[in-house]
Amino acid sequence: MQVLHLELTNFRSYEAAEITFAPGVNVLVGPNGVGKTNIAEAVGYVSTLNSHRVAADLPLIRQGNDQAIVRSTFSRGQREIQLEIAINQGRANRLQVSGSPVRATDFISQLQTVVFAPEDLSLVKGDPSDRRKFLDEVLVARAPRYHSVKADYDRVVKQRTTLLRSIAGTRGASSRAGAESTLSVWDDQLAAHGASLLFGRLSLLNEISGLVSQAYEHVAPGKSAGIAYLPRSFSDIPSEDSLPRNRQALEELLHKEIALRRSEEFARGVTVVGPHRDDVLLTIGELPAKAYASHGECWSMALALRLAAFELMRTLDDSVGDPVLILDDVFAELDSTRRKALAQVAMTAEQTIITAAVAEDVPAELAAQQFVVTPGQVARGN
Amino acid sequence: MFDGAIADLVTELGRLPGVGPKSAQRIAFFILQSEEEDVRRLADSMITVKEKVRFCSECGNVSEEERCRVCVDDRRDRSMICVVEEPKDIVAVEKTREYRGLYHVLGGAISPIDGVGPDDLRIRELMTRLADGRVAEVVIATDPNLEGEATATYLARLLGSMDIAVSRLASGLPVGGDLEYADEVTLGRAFAGRRRIEP
Repeated sequence: MQVLHLELTNFRSYEAAEITFAPGVNVLVGPNGVGKTNIAEAVGYVSTLNSHRVAADLPLIRQGNDQAIVRSTFSRGQREIQLEIAINQGRANRLQVSGSPVRATDFISQLQTVVFAPEDLSLVKGDPSDRRKFLDEVLVARAPRYHSVKADYDRVVKQRTTLLRSIAGTRGASSRAGAESTLSVWDDQLAAHGASLLFGRLSLLNEISGLVSQAYEHVAPGKSAGIAYLPRSFSDIPSEDSLPRNRQALEELLHKEIALRRSEEFARGVTVVGPHRDDVLLTIGELPAKAYASHGECWSMALALRLAAFELMRTLDDSVGDPVLILDDVFAELDSTRRKALAQVAMTAEQTIITAAVAEDVPAELAAQQFVVTPGQVARGN
Repeated sequence: MFDGAIADLVTELGRLPGVGPKSAQRIAFFILQSEEEDVRRLADSMITVKEKVRFCSECGNVSEEERCRVCVDDRRDRSMICVVEEPKDIVAVEKTREYRGLYHVLGGAISPIDGVGPDDLRIRELMTRLADGRVAEVVIATDPNLEGEATATYLARLLGSMDIAVSRLASGLPVGGDLEYADEVTLGRAFAGRRRIEP
């Protein structure tokens, strides 16, 4: 896949900007704060409807406006496809694929990207939610229907937690009994949707774990790295090995756990069972990376996770070509061994978009199509 | 942007469902340019609807009488009740001309986020209607979304102990559509709800 053209209107720092990308490596160079990352972010957003920098859409809209527009033309095999998003303040965003309005699930199944950015250090050092987000993002990229599975699950958790909180505030046995009978309905929904999400994550982990080890070996030869699912929402299942690989069985297991933890849930007013409480265990040489890894090893791990996602997407049975590799300001963070390893992968990708503050940060072999970024403008360099 | 009366009208229109600020402005200017009698007719019909229309004492459908058109109709099958979320769902089911039973409007679906629990819905009224044993089947036709499904499950449990057949509307493929364009959730449901073809 290749992004051919990108057009921004009132997106971040850009009032209006247009960029035509080349196949292979594209390097955006410019001092800090001029808007290089905004370009990388726009390409990522048009692919996943997520920004790698912020959780909400509002910061994406240029100050003083109520709408930002991102248009992109990309190629997949012989086909050229146009994507357009209108990001609206206070209203639903409008999504179009080649001129026709589509739903989010159909939109995100179009352009595939893998973004590696300084924020990714939190995949190793950050909260479990960062790792869950990584897993779910890759899951959605791999099978877009999980976009709605995830959305449904999140809504069930929100509904159920609201109900639990209201029960915690209820006095009197009769009204409490009524609320509990409603709760059992949401238990069913939690178990059913939770099992779907859990099943998806476990299948993904199964596919990606070998690739993570390989990628780590490539990035930092010598030590072995691993990734495993930590089903923390189950009190007596310590590792993913003891989880059934079957949606139905997972649903029953969740049901059992929900029943077991009832009083705790009442006391705390939170949904404590379900995949929204799980984590991913990353290990380097048998030790948990979060607690033991050095700063350099954390970078290697984060990079290995992104490269594994890239590898997974390009080697899928129904793969539609390489995802576009986006490397946002990362070369400056890596030592020469890791730079070289990353450069090797970037060279083989159909298209790579790199941002850097100074051209010297980018390995010489990647000195290809260069763009010079100045505040609010992008011009072709070299 | 505008002052006084126009601004007020735009604000009021903007509160209507499906009307954004641009549409509200367009409608406001349309009204401004219309004949006074047309505008008065619109205003009157809005006030009349508020004054005259109430809810059927039996099923909760909109009605200008004590009981709605469906409930007073002797030709309807009184052994069946179709449970819907809103009166407008009755209109949708009626259009099919497939269903000849009675209705029951819940007035929404269970949704803790919106502060709606079973007690806020007309579930007690439904139980009262079912108490005399004349109803043999209840068809649950709540929306096929999370809240609708949760409401359906709740009702199914509640009615489980009674000697009444409970069914849920099937979800599946749209008639006249193409299989390849069906989304995966719908197609998955259609598979789960497949039926045997009698030779």
